[in-house]
Amino acid sequence: MEYIRTPKVENVHLLGRSKGQRKASVGTLYLSATHSMFIENNPETRKETWEAVNPLGEGRRDADLEKLGGEEFGDDGVERRTEVHEQDPRVLHSMVSSVERLPTTPAGCQLILRCKDFRIFQLLIQQEKDCFDVHTSLLRLSRPEKYSELYCLSFNPNINKEERQESWNFIDLMADYKRMGVPNNLWVASAANSDYRICETYPSELFIPKSATPTVILGSSRFRSRGRFPALSYFHHDTLAAVCRCSQPLSGFSGRCQEDELMLQAVMKSNPGSAYIYVVDTRPKLNAMANRAAGKGYENEDHYTNIKLHFIGIENIHVMRNSQQKMIDVGEMRSASMTDFLWGLENSGWLKHIKAILDAGVFIAKAVADEGVSVLVHCSDGWDRTAQACSVASVLLDPFYRTIKGMMALIERDWVSFGHKFSHRLHERSHSVWPQLWKDRADFTNPLYKAEQSQCQGVLRPNTTPYCFKMWKGLYNYVERSTPPYQSPADLLSAVREESQQLEEELTNHQERITVLTGKPIMWEKVVVKRRTPHVQQRHCGPDPTTTYTIPVTSPAQDHRSFVPANQNAKVKDPALSLPLGQTIQVKHLNTDDISISSDLESGVADLSSRSSSAGEECKDPETYVLDFTTG
Amino acid sequence: MEFSEHIKTANVEDVVLQQPLHPPSKGTLCITSHHLLFSDREERSGRQVLLLLRNIDAVEKRATESSGTLVIKCKDLRVLQLEIPGMEQCLNIAQSIETLSCLDCVAEMYPFFYRPSNASLRDQWGLSTPERHYTEMEALHGRWRLSTVNQDYSVCPSYPPAVIVPKAIGDDALKKAAKFRQGGRFPVLCYYHRKNGTVILRSSQPLAGANRKRCIQDELLLQAAIEGSDKGYIIDTRSAQQAQQARMMGGGFESKSCYSGWKRLHRHMERGKTLQESLIKLVEACGDKSPNMDRWLSKLENSKWLSHVQTALSTAGLLAECVERDGRSVLVHGSEGTGSTLLISTLAQLIMDPSCRTLEGFLTLLEREFVQAGHPFQQRCSHSAFSHARLQQECPVFLLLLDCVWQLWYQFPLALGFSEALLLRLATEAYSSDYGTFLCNSDMERCALQVKGKTHCLFRVLLKPREREQYTNPLYEPNELAIWPSVHPQSLQLWRGFFLRWTQQTHHLELVQEDIRNMVIEWGKLALS
Repeated sequence: MEYIRTPKVENVHLLGRSKGQRKASVGTLYLSATHSMFIENNPETRKETWEAVNPLGEGRRDADLEKLGGEEFGDDGVERRTEVHEQDPRVLHSMVSSVERLPTTPAGCQLILRCKDFRIFQLLIQQEKDCFDVHTSLLRLSRPEKYSELYCLSFNPNINKEERQESWNFIDLMADYKRMGVPNNLWVASAANSDYRICETYPSELFIPKSATPTVILGSSRFRSRGRFPALSYFHHDTLAAVCRCSQPLSGFSGRCQEDELMLQAVMKSNPGSAYIYVVDTRPKLNAMANRAAGKGYENEDHYTNIKLHFIGIENIHVMRNSQQKMIDVGEMRSASMTDFLWGLENSGWLKHIKAILDAGVFIAKAVADEGVSVLVHCSDGWDRTAQACSVASVLLDPFYRTIKGMMALIERDWVSFGHKFSHRLHERSHSVWPQLWKDRADFTNPLYKAEQSQCQGVLRPNTTPYCFKMWKGLYNYVERSTPPYQSPADLLSAVREESQQLEEELTNHQERITVLTGKPIMWEKVVVKRRTPHVQQRHCGPDPTTTYTIPVTSPAQDHRSFVPANQNAKVKDPALSLPLGQTIQVKHLNTDDISISSDLESGVADLSSRSSSAGEECKDPETYVLDFTTG
Repeated sequence: MEFSEHIKTANVEDVVLQQPLHPPSKGTLCITSHHLLFSDREERSGRQVLLLLRNIDAVEKRATESSGTLVIKCKDLRVLQLEIPGMEQCLNIAQSIETLSCLDCVAEMYPFFYRPSNASLRDQWGLSTPERHYTEMEALHGRWRLSTVNQDYSVCPSYPPAVIVPKAIGDDALKKAAKFRQGGRFPVLCYYHRKNGTVILRSSQPLAGANRKRCIQDELLLQAAIEGSDKGYIIDTRSAQQAQQARMMGGGFESKSCYSGWKRLHRHMERGKTLQESLIKLVEACGDKSPNMDRWLSKLENSKWLSHVQTALSTAGLLAECVERDGRSVLVHGSEGTGSTLLISTLAQLIMDPSCRTLEGFLTLLEREFVQAGHPFQQRCSHSAFSHARLQQECPVFLLLLDCVWQLWYQFPLALGFSEALLLRLATEAYSSDYGTFLCNSDMERCALQVKGKTHCLFRVLLKPREREQYTNPLYEPNELAIWPSVHPQSLQLWRGFFLRWTQQTHHLELVQEDIRNMVIEWGKLALS
């Protein structure tokens, strides 16, 4: 590919994020048309991957990588298992968010790759020219200029055309609308936007109030930013109230549009239970007012008779982006004091944005479920904050969106279909991500989710008092992610649940067999319940103590520097603690004819912690309790 | 004294009660010598609220002409509101609560009156004794002995009657060393690390004073503790400057020249009033319902509570690191040796010693390192975060300990054998209790009041089968390794279960725990059948 100035650089050092914490590994950097890849030289340590500094434990499985994975013996001679088989050794060019080249030093030239998933790779390249070439290549490769340069168009898993087509049908939005009860006598399918005639960023199939005529739609569309006229996002069949979305009106200071006013009337009329609608402008009021000077703005309540305008105050993407960068920095702060951390957290403003979005969702959900009033949501273009607010409201309103499949449908509807619909034109040449995620759903399932539970039904009413919000550790806590994985209750519980189900099935089988053989049902003796978990591999190594508990320079710091690494005491006394993690749940392979199934079960969940546990942390929180998926 | 003279109005009808997580209800309020009792008038609801008066930290009165409102703020952070018809009755009730909730006389407190039907005062009291502790650790018998020099509490009023000391040091020397330490707290062994034979000792500060007095017996005692091994470390929970200043008040530190076998490390830990004020600020922040995120975060920061958690955990980490990784024995002390000293020696044992991480092990550890070791519960826990009374000796050291243990539990959800519910229960019981466990300031005081003969033991009750069930961690996996906590601020959390205990969110968390328990029990049943 013409943008690759050098396909291969040898003797590249992959550095840890903080100096002295980890040894750098030396290897070869490869650039392909789609990926960068780092292969470590030393075959004994077999750290072939980026994993050395990859804190995320990213869960992409790849058949090739299975071969690379294996046991690893750390410096301390203690068995540790790498996550290699779980990880992709490659970094997709489109995953790179920035490439920074530091000034050349005698040791070489440093490149810092920052990824969109917050991973950071630091490379030391000996020759300045190589570094320059890699830098230039990556800069170009990470910023595709045409759709045709996207990796997803060249990604070619081994499936045929039919399967690919099938994959695009995996999430059927029309089926979801049908599930909501749409179309009906209030909301009808409209062909107004077929072939993306009126609004090219809208889906071609969408639902509008029954009373809205094509003239009204067209007029309204012309009066809205980028033609994004009011359309249905969610219909609440219990109250018949609806959540609709659009972009800001092109009202300026005094402009009005009869069709648009009629359109909002039509939205209101499609809810027989209410004499008005809420128009939720998710922007801060000041921003909305400022937009009027540019001929845009918000609805004038004098012109639209039956609306109640409500501002939420979610900041725009530019503010968000800055804020998120600060949040990432806070997550990466090393040896910070609690004061620095909390101050940084406050200063980032990130939690404030999260709260604003949740507040928006709560407002909409309350209006729809409690007051039975329809809501029209917009911001400026109606595809960022509007999508956030509508999605949160849907999750709060409808238990379906708290399942894995429902979440997929929600993203497909509020984000993909109402966003840039370019993907539609590319279906012929690319693949849908949903079937793959669905296949791996066991990895994303929240073991505590039970659909029948009262807490999981009905409308969710989260508390949005500031103390309910905290940093999402799994995503932003870099310092903790860079230490070995912690214990994961989610993994344990998933395995517990899986094993329970299997045991239950087997028990039923055995009972049936016994009934058949003896002709009478068997009564099981009541037994004392005792934990029988096999020993879960513990990864009890906290952070590196030399930095963590800060032995002062005046103190025996020198002595401490020579400490053996964290795992010293993992020289396992109980052999069971060193169970190889590769074991799978053996229950599956048990001979069902064997009634005394219990003895083998000891190893049943031995592989619990073999997965990186960044997902587990959150499962203790009530927020995720009602969701069918984990946040990892 | 008769309690009745403090109760002018014992019963009031038509009182409206508002409490967290429940709708308001109307019923009868009744004040007894130790309790506030509210019975819902609706017969079928049958709801009753029975509150120990001792649990009440503050009462705020708002009276109008015909009725009054009492806001009752409890030491377990619950806030109740009572609307009482009749101003006079309202004021009478308030006065009774104010008096009866702060009785000074320990012998009049409720544990001496509590007589549950399913327990007898002859039941065994406590989980272990210094004697048993010594007997169980055979490995140290070669160099350490059990001394009963303090059997009549005359050498150290805050120590138990028996303590573990180096074999080479006789009782007479101990008596002299005790005179050189504040409150007589001479260095004693509190933990023996089986893996490498090192120990943790604790004491109070040496009384070196401005003239740099010495005490040869104290020096010999410490030398004997590390005989034949590497230099020991002394972790002083005060800054070097504070330790210097303490000399002006007659206290001090172990000088390098006199204690050549030891190396001092200073770690500044907040104590006393500062900690108490920090707790007050944090609880105030948690009660703020303002929707302003910046305000919440700055109040959280301003309270400094999480900084104290961080310092305590990292100092305990340092202690454990010296012992487990560096193979050195350590002496810990601050000034009195009854607060931060106990805090970090307890945490370090939890980090290193798997036998402390079971339910029994943890309670035994608390009994040994806090109750028997002489943490003055009576003084430290007489008021909590709401009280308007002038601060005296109050200090939430024990609460800070529980918070740190919770952080460990949060970071290692499978490593501890007990549940968050246990920590919450202990946090409540330390401030007001039916049981005698946390009464008084020392073994000596408990002995004088015959606490063991006249009250019931909380630790024993927590281990009874029915209670035990809710206090065990269903996910617990016994594990021989040390659990090194991350003390990065990013890894520490506000203990929501306690500080936001009476909110809907925490209620959800409890339901989650319940579910986890049921899942595991269900699985256990299936696996056994």
